[in-house]
Amino acid sequence: MDGLKVKGKVWRFGDDINTDVIIPGKYKFKTLDMKELAKHAMEGVDQDFSRKVSRGDLIVAGKNFGCGSSREQAPRVLKEAGVSAVVAVSFARIFFRNAINVGLPVIECKDAVKETDEGDLVEIDLEKGMLKNLAKNRVYMFKPIPPPLLEILRVGGLVEYLKQYGTYKV
Amino acid sequence: MNVLAGKTITEKIFSLACGKTVEAGDLIVADVDLAMAHDGTAPLAINSFREMGGEKVWDPFKIVLVIDHVAPSSNEGTSNLHKMMREFVREQEIKNFYDVGMGVCHQLMVENYVSPGMVVVGADSHTCTYGALGAFATGIGSTEMAAVFKTGKLWFRVPETLRYMLKGKLPQNVMAKDIILYIAGEVKADGATYKAIDFSGEVVKDLSVDGRLTLCNMVVEIGAKNGVIEPDEKTMAYIRSKGRKPKTIVKNDEDAEFEEEIEFDVSKLEPQIACPPTVDNVKPVSEVEGLEIDQVFLGSCTNGRMEDLREAAKILSKNRVHPNVRMIVIPASAEIYLEALKEGLIETFLRAGCVVCNPGCGPCAGAHQGVPEKGEVVLSTSNRNFVGRMGCAEADIYLCSPITAAISAVKGKITNINSLR
Repeated sequence: MDGLKVKGKVWRFGDDINTDVIIPGKYKFKTLDMKELAKHAMEGVDQDFSRKVSRGDLIVAGKNFGCGSSREQAPRVLKEAGVSAVVAVSFARIFFRNAINVGLPVIECKDAVKETDEGDLVEIDLEKGMLKNLAKNRVYMFKPIPPPLLEILRVGGLVEYLKQYGTYKV
Repeated sequence: MNVLAGKTITEKIFSLACGKTVEAGDLIVADVDLAMAHDGTAPLAINSFREMGGEKVWDPFKIVLVIDHVAPSSNEGTSNLHKMMREFVREQEIKNFYDVGMGVCHQLMVENYVSPGMVVVGADSHTCTYGALGAFATGIGSTEMAAVFKTGKLWFRVPETLRYMLKGKLPQNVMAKDIILYIAGEVKADGATYKAIDFSGEVVKDLSVDGRLTLCNMVVEIGAKNGVIEPDEKTMAYIRSKGRKPKTIVKNDEDAEFEEEIEFDVSKLEPQIACPPTVDNVKPVSEVEGLEIDQVFLGSCTNGRMEDLREAAKILSKNRVHPNVRMIVIPASAEIYLEALKEGLIETFLRAGCVVCNPGCGPCAGAHQGVPEKGEVVLSTSNRNFVGRMGCAEADIYLCSPITAAISAVKGKITNINSLR
């Protein structure tokens, strides 16, 4: 992430992508090594995802992304695998919070999801709430992430945020 | 004038927790009464706690740590994470620690700590279970849990409340699990995202505390932040039986504002089943009747309580488990295990051919105690049937009530008990 902007190639997924398919429980109970766990990112829906994804790529998915368990390993392995942001129609709430807390931008933008295809090059400005699909030459506006949460993202996650501020500034 | 007028239970609990009147939509920072984490989430929380410069936890009496997801450990990697938890408990002098075999974290929380009016967070999505006792309880991630360990506080957005009115009278052999599965099928996996769900109506009044816990346990499967049931005499009797007192008894105001009120009439409800691969893919059991099964799991934070075991034992006391089926029974806590032992239920299960494992999450978490093989069909009383949930991506998981699980185990295939009579 360059400041509050991200740019990358899109991987498309459908509705209700749950945390068990993002990172299966059988791996996550054994280690905290995210590099190791990231080899299994999205394994439940795409066996080869971790080999195909490049640093900076984005996930664009349907509704209720990240539903299911509270495992923070889910956004962590996506980030570790190289994913720079997830754009979806909607997110499950624990995943949404976890993603912000580990410094993975999450954006709700229904129109962009509808018109974005796999492989499209996309650029996002989190502060402005703007998503550009460079492949299709389309621009979408989305409701920006609330400022206190944007600040957590800006500093790189909740650990860094609390190191800097000591407590929540809500 | 009562400054708390016109508020929902969730709004009132938060108002009390942050010392000012709050309403749905407000972003607040609240003190938490209890914070729970288990072996799937605590190790990462401990790491984050250290990374954020944590030295001493805010209150060693208010933190509950449980080893339940892979317990006892099945491999060296997990053993290492368990050791990390034990060391943290000693170092921080955490008073409430449950090592392997004591039970599923949520059952231990309900048995030992949660009281009406509390704000409880847990690093597990099914923390929402405790709303059945009139508390606010929700799941959070590990790094947020680390922040709670450090500060005792967390930010929340006060949720709008959806009121689910459960009307009618539950038919014979239809349980709380069937109600919540039916609701999941109706409103779908994102039907209540970010919302509180208030379960009201005569059916809820009639349900036991065990059944109410099952209802609230699964609200996260439809996206909700928390589920809540207004405390009544049954709630208070349960709290008293555990030697506790309520923090505050909070009820909905007469003029409380609900975002939506939805009625569900359960009078004609048939036993329900969630088919793979999602919890909202729900059908009446009769529609999938006859499908042969390989493994049955009775247990979990959803359905490992006394009422669940009793209902299953009624069926298994007169019948043996089908020879083609492995039936795994796991009481949700050591306390339940002992009670089941005294009542003779454990003997019933063993004589019927079940495998009875130590209290914990069992095969639900997918790492031990019954990982299925490719192509196998599992019928489970737990709460998730996602691809790979039980450790094998090519096994099919169906979710049902303890009654449906037990009768199906006997028949060797998915069975609607009510079509047998």
